[in-house]
Amino acid sequence: MAGVAGPATGSGAAGGDGDDSLYPIAVLIDELRNEDVQLRLNSIKKLSTIALALGVERTRTELLPFLTDTIYDEDEVLLALAEQLGNFTGLVGGPDFAHCLLPPLESLATVEETVVRDKAVESLRQISQEHTPVALEAHFVPLVKRLASGDWFTSRTSACGLFSVCYPRASIAVKGEIRQYFRSLCSDDTPMVRRAAASKLGEFAKVLELDSVKSEIVPLFTNLASDEQDSVRLLAVEACVSIAQLLSQDDIEALVMPTLRQAAEDKSWRVRYMVADKFSELQKAVGPKITLNDLIPAFQNLLKDCEAEVRAAAAHKVKELCENLPMEGRETMIMNQILPYIKELVSDTNQHVKSALASVIMGLSTILGKENTIEHLLPLFLAQLKDECPEVRLNIISNLDCVNEVIGIRQLSQSLLPAIVELAEDAKWRVRLAIIEYMPLLAGQLGVEFFDEKLNSLCMAWLVDHVYAIREAATNNLMKLVQKFGTEWAQNTIVPKVLVMANDPNYLHRMTTLFCINALSEACGQEITTKQMLPIVLKMAGDQVANVRFNVAKSLQKIGPILDTDALQEEVKPVLQKLGQDEDMDVKYFAQEAISAVAQRLRKLDFPVKDSEEPSAPGADKNHFLRPRGPGEDTGKEGAAVRDSQAPR
Amino acid sequence: MSPGGLQLPPVSLGGSPRSTDVPSSEQPELFLKKLQQCCVIFDFMDTLSDLKMKEYKRSTLNELVDYITISRGCLTEQTYPEVVRMVSCNIFRTLPPSDSNEFDPEEDEPTLEASWPHLQLVYEFFIRFLESQEFQPSIAKKYIDQKFVLQLLELFDSEDPRERDYLKTVLHRIYGKFLGLRAFIRKQINNIFLRFVYETEHFNGVAELLEILGSIINGFALPLKAEHKQFLVKVLIPLHTVRSLSLFHAQLAYCIVQFLEKDPSLTEPVIRGLMKFWPKTCSQKEVMFLGELEEILDVIEPSQFVKIQEPLFKQIAKCVSSPHFQVAERALYYWNNEYIMSLIEENSNVILPIMFSSLYRISKEHWNPAIVALVYNVLKAFMEMNSTMFDELTATYKSDRQREKKKEKEREELWKKLEDLELKRGLRRDGIIPT
Repeated sequence: MAGVAGPATGSGAAGGDGDDSLYPIAVLIDELRNEDVQLRLNSIKKLSTIALALGVERTRTELLPFLTDTIYDEDEVLLALAEQLGNFTGLVGGPDFAHCLLPPLESLATVEETVVRDKAVESLRQISQEHTPVALEAHFVPLVKRLASGDWFTSRTSACGLFSVCYPRASIAVKGEIRQYFRSLCSDDTPMVRRAAASKLGEFAKVLELDSVKSEIVPLFTNLASDEQDSVRLLAVEACVSIAQLLSQDDIEALVMPTLRQAAEDKSWRVRYMVADKFSELQKAVGPKITLNDLIPAFQNLLKDCEAEVRAAAAHKVKELCENLPMEGRETMIMNQILPYIKELVSDTNQHVKSALASVIMGLSTILGKENTIEHLLPLFLAQLKDECPEVRLNIISNLDCVNEVIGIRQLSQSLLPAIVELAEDAKWRVRLAIIEYMPLLAGQLGVEFFDEKLNSLCMAWLVDHVYAIREAATNNLMKLVQKFGTEWAQNTIVPKVLVMANDPNYLHRMTTLFCINALSEACGQEITTKQMLPIVLKMAGDQVANVRFNVAKSLQKIGPILDTDALQEEVKPVLQKLGQDEDMDVKYFAQEAISAVAQRLRKLDFPVKDSEEPSAPGADKNHFLRPRGPGEDTGKEGAAVRDSQAPR
Repeated sequence: MSPGGLQLPPVSLGGSPRSTDVPSSEQPELFLKKLQQCCVIFDFMDTLSDLKMKEYKRSTLNELVDYITISRGCLTEQTYPEVVRMVSCNIFRTLPPSDSNEFDPEEDEPTLEASWPHLQLVYEFFIRFLESQEFQPSIAKKYIDQKFVLQLLELFDSEDPRERDYLKTVLHRIYGKFLGLRAFIRKQINNIFLRFVYETEHFNGVAELLEILGSIINGFALPLKAEHKQFLVKVLIPLHTVRSLSLFHAQLAYCIVQFLEKDPSLTEPVIRGLMKFWPKTCSQKEVMFLGELEEILDVIEPSQFVKIQEPLFKQIAKCVSSPHFQVAERALYYWNNEYIMSLIEENSNVILPIMFSSLYRISKEHWNPAIVALVYNVLKAFMEMNSTMFDELTATYKSDRQREKKKEKEREELWKKLEDLELKRGLRRDGIIPT
């Protein structure tokens, strides 16, 4: 590749003088041979431009053969090519010529890199739809056959994904052949191909005639489900769902269930895991009768599987399984056949199992109703709320809303509170962060009184957490609480406490005050902001720590839109101007940012007529404010708007 | 499946006297009996259960190990199926899911096999069996078959390094003694690697398998079969793309060099392969690639070197100017290698122009003084090698850069023109083309 792209072939020579049509292919060839991958990639990504410039005929006769012959490249370039070609039908002259795209895609479908191959298959699937039935048999089906009988596993793997798109429109004779090819791939001697075939089995079954499903797909399914490699067997479980959907109850019982039962008891936990993971789909596919007779016992076994991974997957499905049981007799069935196993899981030795259960168990309350919930589920909830693993407790708390609808959250509040308090003080900050997220929800459900009494102090304590992320989340939390409980509540309970922190000896806490003001000012409105918050902010402009001072500037910019003109003019502007002369360059920078924003707003208020000439929101067009101005220009209103073009350090 | 698989022993483990205490005529029968007893599996997750029985099985296994090592004539034909059955019962199992969610062999401690006190002795026994002078592959091949090997290979995914170490020896012995299984073993290892590279990126035993392959490759007959060459190009080279390369790179590089020592004509595809998969974002991997490349260059034939020197030194030029100093440093160390230096010297008229602009630029720009010092040495070496060309390149450095810039600009203009063209045509046949 390298030698060709010397300066001599420099594309400029290709046709700089008028012959437009010579341009594109010359550029492309030159670029495709460039040493720099990025340039090759660029030219491939603009392939449609080139094709368009060439016109359909030359694209077919020159560009595509060129691509087919000369492409040996890095996978990244091949991926881009495979993707481009999927949308190329229009560029080669429409559906009648779609088959011209097959040769390059065919070779892309045989490369090693999975991502490239998958993309080529995706494009081929797309293009197959654009073929006429005749062209499909003349061009597409032969391609599939070639891939299916390729030497190296990659081409056979790719073929697996193409059967289902050409089968429905093929003639009967060809259909027979296609099925034959698929069959042989299902017993290929490399596991990679068998895996590919197994993963497409369900999709292929869906386009087959019912007779063929029974006579051909089912035996393939049975074979794959007893493959020597568990990675193949587990894919058969997925196919099971699609196949069962196509068959009658009797056929499912006779043809599918023996295999499914076997899968649920497979010696490999991966296969059993797959059964657990696909349980809801399987349940729907086999219908209520088989579910009751077969799946429920299988599910019970999965819930007490020896491998925690499997138990956790099954635990995740508990709610869906119960939900999907037939209404008639559902309650009894859950109470007798499922609940005993759930009770065991609550004290499982593995925390992932418990936590999986905790994420769905609350959902059972709507299914079982008030009385059962109080009698049977509540003790489980309470036990999980006391679990040693924080994730379990958190999962219970995050699903409180389900239970709230059925029995009301107060039933839980006695146990809830200690759990929340413990999580709020957990040593892991991520746990603390997670519980903060649920505070607004809890506050809404528990009501303002309960909140003030029990939780308010926690929310305030988070503001002085030693982890910034927690302080930040706590600040946002306050804003959400104010939105829920209203300004009056804010004024009485939150704002005073926040403002007191402005005098804290720790500058991080003083900054937290500023962050809270940023978050709360909008929710609190003009009056509280002007009368209570603004004085504090202004006072902090004299702080000895530069970080506090430039955050004052930022805060003033932030709350500016809420204040009225007088406050801006009389109080904010002088302070900002002073900060603008600060010795610290960051303080200066942010002060000047704020000055511009404030000036902008003042000008807008003074000359509403000019409004349309200005960017609509203050700060929307940053460049506008950064435009340096001469000292004589426009200074009357806004003070020094000239600023150093250097960004802050 | 019963949780834990706790079972009562079918034969009481209590009664059998020690093999060495009984008359030799009864020993073969006792040997079989003990083999059968050792098929009983205990639950080691439950540390308190069956303590006595566990201890008894352990001592029985020890006896078996001693017996098979010392006794003569103990491997009668009827013992083979029993030995293989006992070994299969004990070692073949579905490996448990990893404790850590995404087990990272570089970060996490491996989960050690709980049943190791028994498992180790079973492996020990099996290796003695395979290595016994009386061992006859012609009888054993009925029992140690493809299915056995397949299950054995799956165990290489074990997280426990001790187990993988035993497996390595076992597989190596089997490969050595069962000629009929060799092709099958190679093919299955292929499949494991391909799955590892293209599907899962997870398999704990890659290093061990490569180690075995290293000695297998060593024994390949010449000329190499197409199958072996394909293995090199389509399996070993792509293994370089895997994220966890560092865990098996030494073994991989060894295999590659083995191949090249066997057949130097493979040098070009190998080096081109490495260029194709050269790491773009991971500097640690780049350093590993450079190390491997040096190993290859150490054994390269001058006739092969000439074939790949251009792409090779274009890559080295990029590495030399890497802002990551370890990458730059590793590449610059090539100039300390006498053999490589001699190759460069012979071909300095080709290599110097490729390297020059990177070296020249780095000598002025690199942030790390150690790199700058190394670059000076390299430049000095080049100057001594080919002073005429060196002076020429220095003189034209500026104009060359300008020419490059001009070319860049031309390219941009071409694309612009092309886009205009598209616009024109697009308007003409409005609507046909999706954008």
